[in-house]
Amino acid sequence: MRVSITVNGERRTDDVEPRLLLAHYLRDVRGLKATNIGCDTTSCGACTVLVDGETVKSCTVLAVQADGSSVTTLEGLAGPDGPHPVQAAFQAEHGLQCGFCTPGMVMASAGLLAENPKPTEREVRAGLEGNLCRCTGYHNIVRAVLAAAEEMAEA
Amino acid sequence: MSSSTVGLPRGSILGTRVQRVEDPAFLTTGAVYTDDVVDERLAGAVWVTFVRAPIAHARITSIDPSAALAADGCVGVVTAADLADVPAQEPMMPLFPAGMAQPLLAAGTVRYVGEPVAAVLTTSRYAGEDVAELVEVDYEPLPVVVDPEAAATDEVLLFPELGTNLVCGSEAEETDIFGDCEVVVTGRLVNQRVAVAPLEVRAAAAVWGDDDRLTAWVPNQGAQATQSALARMLGHDTAQVRVITPAVGGAFGAKFGADPEAAVVGWIARRFGQPARWVESRSENMVGMPHGRAQVQTVTIGGDRDGRVRAYRLDVLQDSGAYPRFGALLPTLTLLMAPAVYDIERLSLSYRSVATNTTPVGAYRGAGRPEATAAIERAMDLFAAEIGMDPAQVRRRNLLPPFTEPMTSKGGAKYDSGDYPMALDTVLAAAGYDELRREQALRRERGDEKQLGIGLSVYVEITGGGDESGAPNENATVEVHPDGSATILTGTSPHGQGHETVWAMLASEELGIPIERITVRWGDTDLVPKGGGTGGSRSLQQGGAAVRQAAQELVELARTRAADVLEVAADDLVLDRDRAGLAVRGVPGTGITFAALAEREPLLVRSVFTAPGATYPFGAHLAVAEVDVETGKAELLRLVAVDDAGVVINPLIAEGQRHGGLAQGAAQALVEEVCYDADGNPTTSTFADYPIVSATELPSFELVTTETPTTYNPLGAKGIGEAGSVGATPAVQNAVVDAVAHLGVRHIDMPTSPMRVWAAIRRAGTES
Repeated sequence: MRVSITVNGERRTDDVEPRLLLAHYLRDVRGLKATNIGCDTTSCGACTVLVDGETVKSCTVLAVQADGSSVTTLEGLAGPDGPHPVQAAFQAEHGLQCGFCTPGMVMASAGLLAENPKPTEREVRAGLEGNLCRCTGYHNIVRAVLAAAEEMAEA
Repeated sequence: MSSSTVGLPRGSILGTRVQRVEDPAFLTTGAVYTDDVVDERLAGAVWVTFVRAPIAHARITSIDPSAALAADGCVGVVTAADLADVPAQEPMMPLFPAGMAQPLLAAGTVRYVGEPVAAVLTTSRYAGEDVAELVEVDYEPLPVVVDPEAAATDEVLLFPELGTNLVCGSEAEETDIFGDCEVVVTGRLVNQRVAVAPLEVRAAAAVWGDDDRLTAWVPNQGAQATQSALARMLGHDTAQVRVITPAVGGAFGAKFGADPEAAVVGWIARRFGQPARWVESRSENMVGMPHGRAQVQTVTIGGDRDGRVRAYRLDVLQDSGAYPRFGALLPTLTLLMAPAVYDIERLSLSYRSVATNTTPVGAYRGAGRPEATAAIERAMDLFAAEIGMDPAQVRRRNLLPPFTEPMTSKGGAKYDSGDYPMALDTVLAAAGYDELRREQALRRERGDEKQLGIGLSVYVEITGGGDESGAPNENATVEVHPDGSATILTGTSPHGQGHETVWAMLASEELGIPIERITVRWGDTDLVPKGGGTGGSRSLQQGGAAVRQAAQELVELARTRAADVLEVAADDLVLDRDRAGLAVRGVPGTGITFAALAEREPLLVRSVFTAPGATYPFGAHLAVAEVDVETGKAELLRLVAVDDAGVVINPLIAEGQRHGGLAQGAAQALVEEVCYDADGNPTTSTFADYPIVSATELPSFELVTTETPTTYNPLGAKGIGEAGSVGATPAVQNAVVDAVAHLGVRHIDMPTSPMRVWAAIRRAGTES
């Protein structure tokens, strides 16, 4: 089937198998390999991307369902002036170790802050419940999201 | 040797919170994990998918690949019969019975759900899933044994020709040790099986090249160990295998060496003459990657009513899974650390490791030491409850006194340095222990629905231990290039631990080259032929120490060469950090940079650092849990961790290591458990079924750092990677038990799920 999907601002038309997952479309068809796949039950969130601004687990969406949509992956998150505040905060607060959950975690965090610019710690934890990390114990991820929220409020 | 410097005095970079230099790539393009590798050598690779055993114990009566072979996209099917050129697999440890080694693909019998039976080769990933289903395997079911206690009776045998399920074990020297004790308490503690669950699953990519060697990309914790494992499994010389390590998405002990699947992928690449790739699914990972822990412990603790513990007995039954791997040896570490931080007169220790029809058990964060701490720290609470004394008081009564010279414990471990009373006092003060006890008493008085529990553990663990090959050591090469940049080659293998940053800090400190200009490389066996990898919390104390030593030796080499060039005495040359070179003492502006020296001839030093032994970091953790006595639901409110791993080189990174360990410890205590039904079917084989801990179940952690240096390396550093899981597991479990102790509950096995807590309360109510 033919799909036209805009990824990180670039629109392209591709022929894909109907069953192709958006995650594999991004990785194998578009060659954007930041988006990782960590499970097969929509549990881990490593594959989280933004589809038309909403956070979506791209392993649970078919590429054909994203036809006509605009997708943002980690590779497209930074703006022309530099990294997104969430990206900067993850480094400053040591919010990543092995980095495998990071692309999804960063996208989920960016989505969370877009919806709730001033979250409490508890709201951050609840908002990231669908994103698993095995390295950080979430401690510094939560700090990073709270720090990014402050940074964005000041900007 | 002169260590003076010229230039403006400056603070050391060591001990400061340097942000990770590796992060910008992780945060913008993502790291390149095995499944992400794009390499021309892998062009046109076949995709490998494994057909796995769907039942726990069965004879394979036939395998019919014809339907699979006829399917679109199928390139081939491989079964054990095809692997005739592969040598019989040897047991992972010489101690294990030879007949218990796992074949690369099941040969005649399957012994756990998930065991690889066949491999299908397809032109695409999606075709692999379709084609794997078409391989027809007929099984004749055999009796199944899942429970290690049942396996120990040898009624159902996994290897009938051996006549026993026993893998290895040791008897207690003396069992009658409680004669003079006023009080003796016994408990059966299950240290449950858990999934390692790194976010990146297992994978491999391989090609047999024109150089007549296998080149394999495998996520691992040490390329050299993976290289030798692949060579051993396939019957190649080590020199015929090159391992390249892409980014690794978490390992926690489970990615050391290589698993049979990776060897099969390598075999396919050679036999089929084309590159091959494999990435398992999470559901495969949950049954295919070795699990952790899996001990049944019987503890007996005896002493006097005044709180003095006199004797401690620990009998460990280790579930090794179907084919013994490192898991079968975990009890040896558990017994070594059995008395932990306590001064106990008499010990009685034994273990047995038995095979069961379950996924093999391997190393998982702490590997044997968390189990030791869990046993003694539960036993201490059982003893305290029996004599009606405060658990902190009982611990203080029995702690070893502070020591600065190495001492040998009753368990036989040589502790390098420690101050356990300080750790306990520090955690009690940091947590506000007395206030917590007051709050607990109030809630108990009021009969609140939500009761408060306070759990303690004081721990010591082993880090950076050596192996049979000798004293723990690691190598590093430091080279300065003519452009003033530097490269470090290390035998460690970072996968989240920040070595790129910390190794650069260590070299920068010696050379004056900014960390941004230092590149750290590892994990390619052509580039770094020797190395011990990253595991057992060894990296900084040995790998980091090697980097420092190599950098210092490079300065000395440069001094000799600079003396020739400048025609001055070597002794008159001092390090000039600001210019990254050497200057003539007392003559500002003179001298020569390392870069200029490197322009004349390559300036590099390879050095091996050898430690006199393992180091023993220690600490004390305190958990506060709230338990709803109506529903049994436990919530972890606070986790206060005092950890002492000697001198800290980068607090930002060290804290991150502690956080991760604390979370995994709390996860075992609260929620995680791998389960099987009686027929050996896994019931937790996806992330939907296995309750891997999430952000909502954990609090932010409260860390206190103390630094008691070790003399075993010039950095004064001990390992920090596993401490969190060692200390936190029993602290959190003890807190949950403590919350309902006033209702008559003495013990609740992990995970302390609502059902278990609720049942324990009910049972206690009925008994009292």
